[in-house]
Amino acid sequence: MEAALKETKANTSEVTGADLLISALEKENVEVIFGYPGGAVLPIYDKLYDSKILHVLPRHEQGGIHAAEGYARISGKPGVVIATSGPGATNIITGIADAMMDSLPLVVFTGQVATGVIGTDAFQEADILGITTPITKYNYQIRDIKDIPRIIKEAFYIATSGRPGPVVIDFPKDLAAGVSAEPVEEEIYLPGYQPTTEPNFLQVRKLSEAVSRAKRPVILAGAGILHAKASSVLKEFAEQQNLHVVHTLLGLGGFPANHELFLGMAGMHGCYAANMALYNCDLLINIGARFDDRLTGNLKHFAPKATVAHIDIDPAEIGKNVPTQIPVVGDAGEALRQLLRVGASPPQQEEWKETLAAWKKDFPYHYENSEVLKPQKVMELLYEKTAGEAIVVTDVGQHQMWAAQYYQLQQADRWVTSGGLGTMGFGLPASIGAQLADPTACVVAVLGDGGFQMSTQELAVIAEFKLPIKIAILNNKALGMVRQWQEIFYKERYSHSKNPVQPSFVKLAEAYGIRGFEINSEAEAHLVLNEVLHDKEPVLLDFRVDGAENVYPMIAPGKGIHEMVGVKK
Amino acid sequence: MKRIITMTVLNRPGVLNRITNLFSKRNYNIESISVGLTEQEGVSRITCVVHVENDGMVEQITKQLNKQIDVLKVADISDQAIVARELILMKVPVLPHNRAEIYSIIEPFRASVIDVSKDSIIIQLTGETEKIEAFIDLIKPYGIRELARTGTTAFPRGNQRTGQQKSFSFV
Ligand SMILES: Cc1ncc(C[n+]2csc(CCOP(=O)(O)OP(=O)(O)O)c2C)c(N)n1
Repeated sequence: MEAALKETKANTSEVTGADLLISALEKENVEVIFGYPGGAVLPIYDKLYDSKILHVLPRHEQGGIHAAEGYARISGKPGVVIATSGPGATNIITGIADAMMDSLPLVVFTGQVATGVIGTDAFQEADILGITTPITKYNYQIRDIKDIPRIIKEAFYIATSGRPGPVVIDFPKDLAAGVSAEPVEEEIYLPGYQPTTEPNFLQVRKLSEAVSRAKRPVILAGAGILHAKASSVLKEFAEQQNLHVVHTLLGLGGFPANHELFLGMAGMHGCYAANMALYNCDLLINIGARFDDRLTGNLKHFAPKATVAHIDIDPAEIGKNVPTQIPVVGDAGEALRQLLRVGASPPQQEEWKETLAAWKKDFPYHYENSEVLKPQKVMELLYEKTAGEAIVVTDVGQHQMWAAQYYQLQQADRWVTSGGLGTMGFGLPASIGAQLADPTACVVAVLGDGGFQMSTQELAVIAEFKLPIKIAILNNKALGMVRQWQEIFYKERYSHSKNPVQPSFVKLAEAYGIRGFEINSEAEAHLVLNEVLHDKEPVLLDFRVDGAENVYPMIAPGKGIHEMVGVKK
Repeated sequence: MKRIITMTVLNRPGVLNRITNLFSKRNYNIESISVGLTEQEGVSRITCVVHVENDGMVEQITKQLNKQIDVLKVADISDQAIVARELILMKVPVLPHNRAEIYSIIEPFRASVIDVSKDSIIIQLTGETEKIEAFIDLIKPYGIRELARTGTTAFPRGNQRTGQQKSFSFV
């Protein structure tokens, strides 16, 4: 008896797998963990109890991982997530897939049943390695306690280097509780992973020569600019060569929207000047964008007259969708610095510049204002009243497009949106992560009434941490984007998209101790925004907007990038 | 067209799953995949035979494979001078009246009979795909009871003679 007692005592002073995990996270300077406990991660949670790392408990694991994505996007650091085995782990699958699509660095720990019962369909067992293989940059299952420090170090390195992405570490319960018999390993061993960051100079020079020769050049800047922290060198290069810039949805903020060389966002709901520039250019310089179909429209009509140059850290993106004549593999910032140093003579493009200026001036985004509050008006007001300096986080749908169109982002890393996967329910939790990453920033979460209801429960986290997030719901009492497509392509047959029963969002906010306002007119919007935007408190704004409004311009599926409808006459 | 892609990979858990997953995720048409250890500890060699419509596609496949963390080296060796081999085992029914006939096919192909029972034999054959297919076609009329193919594994030859396209060896 005494001996047994002694033994347990001795064991507690030994370093367990969970201890190794916590100390590895501390070594990586992790500030915050988004996690949800459960059986398989109890040994880890017992150690977290004594840790100084901030732990945020979402009210659903999916909220936790989206918060981690928002945190990663704004802080530039990897988001760290813990979920328990089985249902905890399967609840974060959407977030992992979302982070994979949008290249966000995450390190995700999933609990797993004990090694002895893996494969027996044990209670709360799910094959997370199998499930996450196609949606992770890499994944691990810990098989030996001594590997823990090495695996975690590798995971952080893989998640944050090259093209960022999510890494999952599946952590069997017995290994979290157990003690290693052998000395632990810390040395990274990744002989097959050497991302190219330094571009080939010959390719850069080729690109530089193509710029000098071009008559109708344009830059397409994607989120690669943001991941590479290259927005200022992008501006320098564009100014040096006098090149106009078009953004993808995810790249917004990489180039200041009020800059005279900025043409706007391109793509399905992009602006006329940006799309026409892509259609008519003779040199397309893609920097860190992946030619997504929502950007290109029908590939047959995409940049048909252009020589295509593509700078990307991921060689597999080059030539994937669009044939590319000048591939440049490497970090966007490095490539731009090399281009600047070459300093070729700027292109002769007088006529092109005039054309672009006319397109930009004559065909801006437009809508008809009216008595009924317009969603576009709300976005304009939010832009004006935050002086364009807010961090804007969106959900997915019409409001996302209006936010992209009307909130004129002036700085990098102030924009959080789910681009590749288009995940409804992303916005509210992502705004939590964004605010935690930048506690003094004004964070505006622009949501649809549909998407808000997919993660309403996270209001509890906002209340708990008193995060001063401004939740702006563009409430059109519809799944607006679906309604729009049904109006246009399905003969106004509004199948399950209009007027769903809604709770009072204001009362819902109040139930969480958050102030709420219902806003029905432009005048009310002015008044309320003036009052609440600079508060250090969370607030929910239920903007009752025109439910019939559609997002324009629009490129119908299958159409070319020049075939926009709804352009201002 | 058919391409042969070989790669060496770090032998970590799940690596084969990652590779096969990639093929299904990207909708690549794969004919065979063979895996085995190499002379280096902890390193395996994977050989895939894929069907592609154009060169761009095979470039995409090799890039996507190269991107995998555990993949050390990828090469599309289809245009090099290579030695490619596949092994098959085939169970064929033999009756007294066709035994001699079947053996007369086995011999020129240098296949070997590795198991004999009252009414069937098991034949083992190695060679390039063309030879294997020719053999299968010849045996088919006798009724193939069971067939197992390992899929192709391949190496570039030691000497790469430039200009030489395909080197075809019967044995
Ligand atoms: C998880 C998920 N389910 C379904 C969809 C399909 N979808 C895209 S937009 C949209 C409507 C969104 O409605 P709401 O949140 O009210 O925003 P609105 O379009 O009205 O601004 C739907 C259902 C999606 N993107 N994500």
